[in-house]
Amino acid sequence: MALKIVKGSIDRMFDKNLQDLVRGIRNHKEDEAKYISTCIDEIKQELKQDNIAVKANAVCKLTYLQMLGYDVSWAAFNIVEVMSSSKFTYKRIGYLAASQCFHESTDVIMLTTNQIRKDLSSPNQYDTGVALTGLSCFVTPDLARDLANDIMTLVSHGDCVKRKRCSVLIMYKVFLKYPESLRPAFPRLKEKLEDPDPGVQSAAVNVICELARRNPKNYLSLAPLFFKLMTSSTNNWVLIKIIKLFGALTPLEPRLGKKLIEPLTNLIHSTSAMSLLYECVNTVIAGQYCSSVGSVVLCVQKLRILIEDSDQNLKYLGLLAMSKILKTHPKSVQSHKDLILQCLDDKDESIRLRALDLLYGMVSKKNLMEIVKKLMLHVDKAEGTTYRDELLTKIIDICSQSNYQYITNFEWSVSQPVTPHPPGISVSWWTIRVFAVAQMATLLDNAHLLTGSMQRNGICEVLYAAAWICGEFSEHLENPLQTLEAMLRPKVATLPGHIQAVYVQNAAKLFATVLKSQEGNTDSTTAQETSQLMIDRLPLFVQSANLEVQERASCILQLVKYIQKLQQKDVEVAEEVIALFAGELNPVAPKAQKKVPVPEGLDLDAWINEPPSESESEDEQPKAIFAKEEPKHSRPRHTEVDEKELARRREARKQEQANNPFYIKASPSSQKVYQDAPGVEHIPVVQIDLSVPLKVPGLPMSDQYVKLEEERRQKERAEKKKKEKKKRKEKRSGRGKKHDSGPESEEDITPAHMVDIVTEEMPENALPSDDDDKDPNDPHKALDIDLDKPLADSEKLPVRSHRAAEAPKSPAEDGDAESAATQEPKKKSGKEKREKKKDKDRDRKVSLKCSVSLQIQFSTSRIFNELSPSSFWVFNEKKSSKHKKKKQKKEKEEKEKKKKKKKHHHHHHHSDGGGEESVQNGTVEEEEPLPVSVYDIQGNLQDGSQVVVSVIFENKCDSFLKSMEFNVLDSLNSKLQRPEGSGPHDGLTVPFQLPPGVSNEARFVFTVQSIVMPQKLKGTLTFIVKDSSTHEKLDFKLHFTCTSYLITTPCYSDAFAKLLESGDLKGSSVRLEGVNMPFHHLLARICFHHHFSVVERIDSCASMYSRSIQGHHVCLLVKTSGQTVSIDAKCDEPTLLGNVLDEIKQTFSQC
Amino acid sequence: MIKAILIFNNHGKPRLIRFYQYFAEDMQQQIIRETFHLVSKRDDNVCNFLEGGSLIGGSDYKLIYRHYATLYFVFCVDSSESELGILDLIQVFVETLDKCFENVCELDLIFHMDKVHYILQEVVMGGMVLETNMNEIVAQVEVQNRMEKSESLVGSVAKNGHVTFPT
Repeated sequence: MALKIVKGSIDRMFDKNLQDLVRGIRNHKEDEAKYISTCIDEIKQELKQDNIAVKANAVCKLTYLQMLGYDVSWAAFNIVEVMSSSKFTYKRIGYLAASQCFHESTDVIMLTTNQIRKDLSSPNQYDTGVALTGLSCFVTPDLARDLANDIMTLVSHGDCVKRKRCSVLIMYKVFLKYPESLRPAFPRLKEKLEDPDPGVQSAAVNVICELARRNPKNYLSLAPLFFKLMTSSTNNWVLIKIIKLFGALTPLEPRLGKKLIEPLTNLIHSTSAMSLLYECVNTVIAGQYCSSVGSVVLCVQKLRILIEDSDQNLKYLGLLAMSKILKTHPKSVQSHKDLILQCLDDKDESIRLRALDLLYGMVSKKNLMEIVKKLMLHVDKAEGTTYRDELLTKIIDICSQSNYQYITNFEWSVSQPVTPHPPGISVSWWTIRVFAVAQMATLLDNAHLLTGSMQRNGICEVLYAAAWICGEFSEHLENPLQTLEAMLRPKVATLPGHIQAVYVQNAAKLFATVLKSQEGNTDSTTAQETSQLMIDRLPLFVQSANLEVQERASCILQLVKYIQKLQQKDVEVAEEVIALFAGELNPVAPKAQKKVPVPEGLDLDAWINEPPSESESEDEQPKAIFAKEEPKHSRPRHTEVDEKELARRREARKQEQANNPFYIKASPSSQKVYQDAPGVEHIPVVQIDLSVPLKVPGLPMSDQYVKLEEERRQKERAEKKKKEKKKRKEKRSGRGKKHDSGPESEEDITPAHMVDIVTEEMPENALPSDDDDKDPNDPHKALDIDLDKPLADSEKLPVRSHRAAEAPKSPAEDGDAESAATQEPKKKSGKEKREKKKDKDRDRKVSLKCSVSLQIQFSTSRIFNELSPSSFWVFNEKKSSKHKKKKQKKEKEEKEKKKKKKKHHHHHHHSDGGGEESVQNGTVEEEEPLPVSVYDIQGNLQDGSQVVVSVIFENKCDSFLKSMEFNVLDSLNSKLQRPEGSGPHDGLTVPFQLPPGVSNEARFVFTVQSIVMPQKLKGTLTFIVKDSSTHEKLDFKLHFTCTSYLITTPCYSDAFAKLLESGDLKGSSVRLEGVNMPFHHLLARICFHHHFSVVERIDSCASMYSRSIQGHHVCLLVKTSGQTVSIDAKCDEPTLLGNVLDEIKQTFSQC
Repeated sequence: MIKAILIFNNHGKPRLIRFYQYFAEDMQQQIIRETFHLVSKRDDNVCNFLEGGSLIGGSDYKLIYRHYATLYFVFCVDSSESELGILDLIQVFVETLDKCFENVCELDLIFHMDKVHYILQEVVMGGMVLETNMNEIVAQVEVQNRMEKSESLVGSVAKNGHVTFPT
C-alpha cells in the first residue's frame, strides 16, 4: 500500500521511556527514592504536554511506579485522557493504568462512562477487549448500571468470539455491583451455556458457577442443563467447574446426588487428570449423605492413594478432601489414622495443618489423651508462631468439642497448662470443682512465671478463668488468704485490663470467704490484716487506666474501708459480706442473649424515655453502662451508707477528669506509676518461652495423668474381665467372645468421675438456628435472587434514554471547518438537549431510527434516510376480541390513537423546524404519520467486506414491545449475517424488549461483496405488542451509500503526491454550479458528509483524500471560482468514484 | 475467582502485581512482603499450596504458587478454583511468556512489565480464567502487537501531514 510505504520519520523522542526508567532505577540503588522522585517530577511535566504520545509514555511509567508502591492516583485524570485516545496503543496503556489504580472512590471514574461505552461498541474488537479487561477491574455500581445494557448487547450480538467471551465474564462483575441486572440478563447468560463456541460456553459456566456458589438454591433449575453439559463436555476446565457447581447444588437436592453418582464414579475411574479426579471426589463427598457407602469407600481409597503419593500437592489435596468426608463418615476416615498421624511429622507446614484438621474429627474417648500428648510434643518442637498457635487452638478444640464429651478424665484436662479452660468446665462439672479450684489457685500463685511469656501468646486468658474460678468457688480453697495475696500482687497490674477487672472482683469474693472463715474466731487479727491488705493493695487498681478496673477497685476499696470500721467496732460483718456474692451461677450459652425472643408488642427501636438531650455529659455514659453490669447482689444498705463518700469521690474524680483532657485514653503515666511502685523491683521477671515445655511448678505433669488414667483403665478392664468371666461361667454361652476380643470399644471406657454435663442455658422460646454467623456485608447476599420467576415488565436493564437522532448539522452553520473538530462535543450536547425537548412533544409511537455513518476515529458523520413505513398503525384492527372487557379496552385505545395522531402532526411541525430529517433524500413521509428511522453503518477495518449497521429502536407507543425480529431481504451483493444454522430468510431476534418511551440500539452485521455501487435493502421489523399480543410489521429500507464505505484516513502530502504519480488511478470530474458558500465550509462539508480529509490547501484549491474499507484510494482536487466548484477526482475504482461524486453532487444540490 | 496475581523474585522485589480487588498501595506492598515471607521460606520440594496469608481474604483463600529459577509466580485464589487447575494455569502462563519473549528470563519481566500485563490479560480477566490454550493466547497477543506496530506507522504519517479534518 502506498500509504504504508511512506514512513514517517518522527517517532517518539521522549526523554525517557519505561525501559529507561527501569534502567535508571537499577542504576541508582543507593538513592532510589530520590531518583524516583525526580522521575515523578519529569512525568508531571510530560503529563502537562498536549501530545498524547508523551502522555501515554508518562502513564506507562506511572504504572510501573505504582507496582513499586507509589500512589499515582493524582494522575487519574491523565489516565482517563490516555484511555480516550483513539489509538489502540495508547488506549491500552491507559486502560492498563486504570485497571491498576482506579477503584470505587476514584472520582474521575464517572468521566469514563461514555468513553467505555464508545469502546465497547467499537468496530475494532481489540478496543472492546481492552475496555472490557479494564472495566472488569474497576467497575463501580454506577458504571455497572450505565453499561449493563451495552454489555448485554455485546453478549448476544458480539460478532467476535473473544469479545463475546469477555463480555460474558464481565457480566459477573456487573451483577455483583448492580444486582438488579441479574434477572433481566440471566436468560441470555443461560443461552450462552449452549453456545457453539467452547470458550463462550466455558465463560458462561464460569460465571454461573461463581453465582451459584454463593446462592446455590436459585440455580437448582439449571441442574438438568449442567448435567447434559457434564456428560457431553470433554473440556476439563469446564468439567471441573461444572462438577464444582454440582458440589454446591447436591446438598440441596438429594435426588441430584443420586443421579450424579454414576457419571462421577465413571469419571473417577476413567480420567487421567488428577485435578478432575479430585473434583469428582469432592462432589461425591458433598452429596455423600445420600450416596451409597460404596462410593464413599471408593473416594476414601482414591484419597489414600493421593495422600500416599510422593507429590506433596496431591498429598495436601488428599488430606483436604479427607477432612470433608470426616464430617459425615468419620468411621471411614478413622481407619486411616496411621496415615494421618504420619502426616503430622511431614516437613511441610501446609500438610501438617491439614493433618491437624483431620485429627480434630478423629478424636474419641479412647485416643484423646494419646493424641493430645502427641500434639503437646509438637507444640514444644514447633517453630513459627502460626503453626504453634494453630496447634494450641486445635488442642483446645479437640478437648472441648461437643461439650467435652470425650474427656473422661477431667483432672487430666484441667491440669493441661496450655488449655485456657473456659469457666464453663468448672461450672459444668460439679464433681471436679474442688480439684479445679486447687489447680487454679496454684496456677495463680505461679502466675508471675507465666505472665512474661504469656502476654505475648495470649495465654494469659487462662488467668482470667483461673481468677474467676477461685473467686466463685472460693469455699473450696484450702488457703484463700494466700490466693488473695497472689491475686493482689502489683505484678497483676501489667496484665490486660479485662483480666485485672476479674482479679479485682474476685479478690472481693475471696475477701468475703476469708472473713467468713475467721468468723467466730476470737482473735480477729487475721480478719483485720486481710482488710488492711485489701486497703493497701487496691489503690493500685484504682489508678488503673482501664475504666472497669478503676470502677470496681474504687467501689470495693470503699466497701472494705467501711468493713474495716465495723471490724474495729467488733461488729460481725461476714454474713453480710458473703451475701454480696450469694447465688449460684449457671453456664449460659454464648448465643443466649441473641436468642431471647422479642415479646409481642415490644418495639425495641421506640424511645422509652425522651431522647437524652445533647448536653448530657459523655462522662456519665460509661458509668451508666457499668452500673448495669454491677452484680445484682449488692445490698442496698451498703450502697446507701457508702453513698456520701462515693459521691464525694466521684466528684473528685470528675474534677480530675475535667482537668485531664486525655483521661479516656490509656494514660501511660499511670502505668508507669505501677511499675515504679515499691515492691515491683524485687519480683524477678522470668521470661518463659514456649519453646521450653510449659511446666508450672506445683502442677502435676500431664503425663502423670496419662499414666494414672491408663492404670485406672487397666484396673477397670481387669475388673470387667473378671465379671465377664463370671458371667460367662454362669451363662456358659458362646456369644461372649465378642466382648474381650480386640481393643476395648468406646462404651467400655467409663469416665473417671461421673459428671453431669449441664447444658448451657438458653432463653425460653429460643429457636435453634445456625444463621448467626452469616456476614451481612457479603456482596453476594444481594445476588440471592430468584431466577425462575418470570420477568416483570419493570425489570429491564437501564437503557440510556436517547441519543439517536443526532441529525448532522450542516458544518456550514458551524463556521470554520477546522474548528469543527473541537466544537463537536458541544454541538452534540446541544443537540441532545434539543432532542429531549422534541421528545416531549413527540408522539409516542414505535419508530425505527436509522442513520448511515462511518465511525472511524473521531469523525462521526451520519446521513439520515427516511423510510417509508407501510402497515404500522394497524394493530388494533387485526385484533379479534372475545370479551366485552377487551372491547372496551380497544375502544379506549382507539380514542387514544386519535389523540396521538393529533399530537403527531404537532411533532412534525417541530421536526421541520429542526429541518434535519429531510435533508438527505427529501423523501418525507407519505400518507401515514411515519416513524423516523436512524441507522448507522460502520465499515469494519479488519474485514473489508463487513459492515456493521447500528439501528436505534425507539418505542413511541404506550405499549410494551417484545419479540422484535429484524429481517432484511438479502441482495446478491449484501447479505445480513445470520447465526450458523439459520436459513437465508430468517430474521434476527432483537436482543431486547422495549418498554414504552425507551430506545435501544442493536447492531447487525452485513457482508458486502462489492462496495462500488450504492445499495438499497428492503427489510421488515416484526414485533409483538404486549397489550394486544398481535404481531406487527414495519417495513423499512436501508440505504448503503458508497460514502458509507469510505473511511476518513489522514494522508501525508508526500504520500498523496506519490499516489497521484503512481498512475494506477483513473480520473473523473464533476462540476457543481451555484454553490454559494465559503470555500472552507465547502471543504468541511465534503469532509463531514463524505469522510474525506484535507491533504493540502492552497488558496481556493485543495487536495483531499479518503480510503474505502476495501482499500481503494480516493483523491480529490477541489477548485472553486465564484459559484462554480470543480472537482477532479482520481480513484483506482472508477465506478466507486462515479458514485461518490454523484453523492457529493447530491449533497450540494440540497443546499 | 482469582483474587490476586503476584510475581516477585527471590529477594521479594515485585515484577508484576495484579489485584482483582482493590487494595491501597501500601496495603499491596504489605501483602507482597507477607506473601514473599511465607513463600520464600518453603523448600522447593514441599507442596505448592499455602494457607494463612492473613492480609488477603480469609480462610476461603489460599496461595498457589510456583517457583521458576529466580521468580515466584503466586496466585491467590478462593475455593471456587481448582487447585491443580491453577497450577496448570501458571504453567501455561509461564510457557506463554517463554514463547512471547523467546526464552523468558527475569530481565524480560523487569523491562517489559506492560507487555507481561498484556499477556496476562489474555489469560485472566477480572479474576476469572479467560483462555487456557497457549496457542490462542499467543495468537491474540501477536495480533495486538501487530496493530500497535501498524499504528506507529500511521501515527508518524499523521504527524507530518498537516492534516486537519473536522469531525
